[in-house]
Amino acid sequence: MTEQLYYEDVIVGDEIAPLVKQPTTRQLVMWAGAVGDYFPIHYDKDFAQSRGLPGVIVHGQLIGAFLGQLMTDWIGERGSLRKLSCNYKGMNYPGEALTFKGKVTKKYVENEHHYVECSLRAENSKGEKTASGVAIVILPSRG
Amino acid sequence: MGIDKLRSKVGVEWEPRVYQVEREMIRRFARAIGDPNPLWQDEEYARASHYGGIIAPPTFILAIGFEQFVEDLMSLAPFNTVLMGGTELECYHHIRLGDVITAIFKISNLRQRQGKMGKMAFMTFDSTYKNQRQELVAKCRQMIIGY
Repeated sequence: MTEQLYYEDVIVGDEIAPLVKQPTTRQLVMWAGAVGDYFPIHYDKDFAQSRGLPGVIVHGQLIGAFLGQLMTDWIGERGSLRKLSCNYKGMNYPGEALTFKGKVTKKYVENEHHYVECSLRAENSKGEKTASGVAIVILPSRG
Repeated sequence: MGIDKLRSKVGVEWEPRVYQVEREMIRRFARAIGDPNPLWQDEEYARASHYGGIIAPPTFILAIGFEQFVEDLMSLAPFNTVLMGGTELECYHHIRLGDVITAIFKISNLRQRQGKMGKMAFMTFDSTYKNQRQELVAKCRQMIIGY
């Protein structure tokens, strides 16, 4: 694992190292099995097309889980993800490279916890924003 | 699409469901994301960590009770298509291997309006998750669109 991140290391405006994923249909099936979401628009092309979609689409929640990984990778072992919100703004398709990005927007201490707030986004290979979100994490302090 | 059955459930908690967090569930979840973090899977590493054992990724909450939830939803209103509009997750405690989680879902908001695909239902679901020590582990709000 990477080195532990501390509250004092973080500066508002910092960008989190982006996470790149290229989910395949196989990965969508793995996700379907892992969470029990068997709605066929995520694995059956004919079904998806019969529902007016161009093809199978990536589960919105998988996008949320990728954003979760972006954060847990960044905050390290002793950081905690307190809040993760995510709005799905566009469809994501398997085979497409997706980049997950985050930026520190705020840091504050409350009830002796050291909080950092970040804005999050998912972009497809065309650079279009397909999801946006906010994360609040608690980091250890050197103090 | 008849949503009367759903409407009658607004604000009503669904029957609590109980799930035991097993190693394989966490492993499958981490592998499905492609998340190699050893805290989720490597027992030796996790034992020596701050947590003293395997924990689940925070988004693992999304996997708890979801299958039954979707089944319940579709039996109340068999939508042609269901899309996720958004997710808000609040985590208060880490989920550890062996935890017994009680999940309770409810519809907190429901409105129907005419959209591109005919009548569309915009649903907000709230769920809470407690562990075997009755600690509130997480809360989740999901915005779901059905038509």
